[in-house]
Amino acid sequence: MLAKRIIPCLDVKNGQTVKGTNFVNLRQAGDPVELGRTYSEQGADELVFLDITASHEGRKTFADMVERVAAEISIPFTVGGGISELSDVEAMLSAGADKVSINSAALRRPELIDEIAQHFGSQVCVVAIDARMDDQGWTCYLNGGRIPTERGLFEWAREANDRGAGEILFTSMNHDGVKTGFANDALSRLAEELSIPVIASGGAGEMVHFRDAFTIGHADAALAASVFHFGEISIPDLKLYLKKEGINVRM
Amino acid sequence: MKVAVVKYNAGNIYSVIHALQRMGVEPVLTDDPEELMRADKVLFPGQGEASNAMQYLWQHRLDEVICNLKQPILGICIGQQLMCRHSEEGNTRCLGIFDTKVLRFQPHRHEDKVPHMGWNDLKVRKEENDPDMLFKGFQNGEFVYFVHSFYVPLCPWTVAETNYIQPFSAALHKDNFYATQFHPEKSGSVGERILSNFLAL
Repeated sequence: MLAKRIIPCLDVKNGQTVKGTNFVNLRQAGDPVELGRTYSEQGADELVFLDITASHEGRKTFADMVERVAAEISIPFTVGGGISELSDVEAMLSAGADKVSINSAALRRPELIDEIAQHFGSQVCVVAIDARMDDQGWTCYLNGGRIPTERGLFEWAREANDRGAGEILFTSMNHDGVKTGFANDALSRLAEELSIPVIASGGAGEMVHFRDAFTIGHADAALAASVFHFGEISIPDLKLYLKKEGINVRM
Repeated sequence: MKVAVVKYNAGNIYSVIHALQRMGVEPVLTDDPEELMRADKVLFPGQGEASNAMQYLWQHRLDEVICNLKQPILGICIGQQLMCRHSEEGNTRCLGIFDTKVLRFQPHRHEDKVPHMGWNDLKVRKEENDPDMLFKGFQNGEFVYFVHSFYVPLCPWTVAETNYIQPFSAALHKDNFYATQFHPEKSGSVGERILSNFLAL
């Protein structure tokens, strides 16, 4: 049976991992390749590396890091951050990434999804969506959650699905950094409406939150950062717990 | 030991090269028939579309070369599919090493997502109590990494199977020809053991 996946996410700035709380206040958390290898050895199923560098030099550093990850780590990994055209995707894939995650660029120009799917296959294309819920429902945000758009979460996710996305990585901005659990209602609706896997992101604080993302949210994978980086939850403990709770995970 | 990786127009070939390098093997990436024939072991990996891949192999006469190899060769992912007789993908005639067809997954339920992507467990078949050499030291229930929309049905050459939508061939073996649908190069320590079993053949 296909296993539910646990995915540590590493935000990378100038070659170092960082993690924000509610998308601001960054704290240092180590060397990304070292950290990635440690997670891989502990049983992480995939890794996500997000480039949050703005400068040109920073981008070069990130590409070098992607090559090191590909050479040193033997599980699949996704890279994202600043990917806005096909040539960026090509560069990341030839550096050794298995998948790319696109976010603002896809909202600005949805055809990018079709292009990636046609050129490299759907399995390469992870569409990341940052959304916040208010009285009007769930709204998608651009630029790391700074700029609201006109797009609703569910209709945008559906469109991305239909254009050829391979997976949806949904981050609830209401839940991110708060550590009170994932946005299970929205996740469950995404799982019902989409024909592609959904990765839950934002809100992990305790092991039970992962269980709920799978059992209530029907997510295919759960992503977290700080609970892993700061040792609040260890991946082997989490896997044992989930297995005990009847969830099919890779041991 | 001389290890060659077949160079053709499929993607994701470098992850196999990296995996071999992590194991201390420096493979050559080549489409030169002589070099492929001289190698002790050949790997035929990749991700891609069947008809384009076959076209490339025909144009470079690699179809004959691969079919006539006498040393162990390991097809991975699309490599396994191309080693079969025919693929539904692009209605493509393939190499015919394994006399079976390659079919597209047909979802039965909403939860059956295509491609089959992620970690799934293997059931290794045993002949007279012994698993295929590729799976020496393997314990049932170990997980490997898959990414594919087409699959090889169970057939006489199936040496390991996985269940997704229905049971299918996760690995094939006939004479010197080995193949896996999953990616050993992306399957952590389990995958490394499978690659090292192949290199030890």
